[in-house]
Amino acid sequence: MNPADNRIRLSLTRPDFQLDVDLALPAHGITVLYGASGSGKTSVLRCVAGLERAHNALVRIDGVVWQDDASGIFLPPWQRPLGYVFQEASLFEHLDVRGNLAYGQKRTASGAPAIALDAVIDLLGIGHLMQRRVQQLSGGERQRVAIARALATQPRLLLLDEPLAALDQARRQDILPWLERLRDELKIPMLYVTHAADEVARLADSLVALDQGRIQAAGPTADVLARIDTPVVLGDDAGALLHGTVAERDARWHLARVDFGGGSLWLRDSGLAVGQRVRLRVLARDVSLATEVPHHTSIQNLLLATVDSIATDAHPSQALVRVACGGAMLLSRITARAVSTLGLVPGRAVWAQVKSVALVE
Amino acid sequence: MPFSPDDLSAIWLTLKLATLTTALLLVLATPLAWWLARTTSRWRAPLGAVVTLPLVLPPTVLGFYLLVTLGPHGWIGQLTQFLGLGTLPFTFGGLLLASLIYSLPFAVQPLQNAFEAIGPRPLEVAATLRATPLDAFFTVVLPLSRRGFVTAGILTFAHTVGEFGVVLMIGGNIPDKTRVVSTQIYGHVEALAYTQAHWLAGSMVLFSFVVLLGLSLLNRRHTRVMP
Repeated sequence: MNPADNRIRLSLTRPDFQLDVDLALPAHGITVLYGASGSGKTSVLRCVAGLERAHNALVRIDGVVWQDDASGIFLPPWQRPLGYVFQEASLFEHLDVRGNLAYGQKRTASGAPAIALDAVIDLLGIGHLMQRRVQQLSGGERQRVAIARALATQPRLLLLDEPLAALDQARRQDILPWLERLRDELKIPMLYVTHAADEVARLADSLVALDQGRIQAAGPTADVLARIDTPVVLGDDAGALLHGTVAERDARWHLARVDFGGGSLWLRDSGLAVGQRVRLRVLARDVSLATEVPHHTSIQNLLLATVDSIATDAHPSQALVRVACGGAMLLSRITARAVSTLGLVPGRAVWAQVKSVALVE
Repeated sequence: MPFSPDDLSAIWLTLKLATLTTALLLVLATPLAWWLARTTSRWRAPLGAVVTLPLVLPPTVLGFYLLVTLGPHGWIGQLTQFLGLGTLPFTFGGLLLASLIYSLPFAVQPLQNAFEAIGPRPLEVAATLRATPLDAFFTVVLPLSRRGFVTAGILTFAHTVGEFGVVLMIGGNIPDKTRVVSTQIYGHVEALAYTQAHWLAGSMVLFSFVVLLGLSLLNRRHTRVMP
């Protein structure tokens, strides 16, 4: 399947709001729609589902046209093979867990299921909840059942509208691993709306940054996060995402070494296995730059890099510097005065000192 | 035997009238309440007010206008005569029609409240689970608003049993046709048959008390279940 098979183009006009987006979704994996509230993220999902009527729209999923205003095609929501997980627990209160799962499943045109219901129940770990009343479930369990209910309809596209927003921090941590399993095991595209930076870092394969109804940046997550020309992305939490492999564990100091395209980084060993693929998050505020090798420093992670570009940050005293480190990009947030004092210009070789690295999975 | 054959006939007629009114009204009020709960039309407020009118109008006013429109010179009366049905006043059919109008708000308002409480979200969820709107109405909206239907049914039944003014205006007081319990009591009192009146009136008090008690127990049980 080529990526052009999933195309979402739509416009929506509201008295105080104009939405214009044009997206191509990868064949599988999570595409995160990221933006502040009011940026139109949820509207995009509702239009894709047909719950709201976009105009000038083309929605083509897995090669099948769901909506094409140019030729007058509009499938109502119940004819679109999609799964929709709403922000708050939206389980039917008059049915038990099994009844909720069966509701969509028995209305789905029969045929060889791409995902068996048993597999869905397994994937989300809800087997022991089947006889429960909906009122007896915790918030995290409700959302897992809601996701399973959506998957039981054999969707060609899964839409998730801030599925963790209504949960407290502990419950979010409970459910994130299940979402990672979905991302790794499902063979359908997922469109995931959030405004939480940690969910972006952890779940997103590709990232679409939305601002006031328009796409600011879109592409593979690491690329979008490393962009400094758009003031989008994550504000205080701006930083790079690195994909690496665990190469070595130092038992004495409880550290693990992760190799990525541009070198290696040491981080706290949280019981990783050598050879494991991991995502690392390096925040811009944790990266400082030096033009000579710094000696006698407590910072253990030192990378040779080249200045790629420099942009003014939100506050005029700050600058965001993007440095290329092998094939990877790092962001560094330093003062504009430091940029001037060190004479940083694109092409200049620098030492990037990384104070802190976070493992996102 | 505390009840005379006339009394029993009145009780039977009352139950028949209340049952038919309740059954018909639940069917008729459902789409009306649904529309009122969901529409954004500018006709919502005026129509809502018309539906509520029987609640505040004196029954005699309602009965008077029904008598006029259903009578031989009224436009509905002309229509029923044209269709060969005769005129409706002083028949059971006329009484039933009057009861439907008189009890309409008691059916519509609990249903409308129930539909509004459900909100649009469960329907959207159902739509994303492949349910057509009609399917979703029967499999999601109806079960979720069951309590509203029970309340509407009980209130309509009880209110119909308790009507008097409209019955007197439109039904007259014809034994076996339009003489219900409330008018029968009136007859007993007029005839100074206080013992007979006591039996019927006492039964009405007991009936109404049981209905209201049941309704409040029902509501309390449901609120307890809610988290």
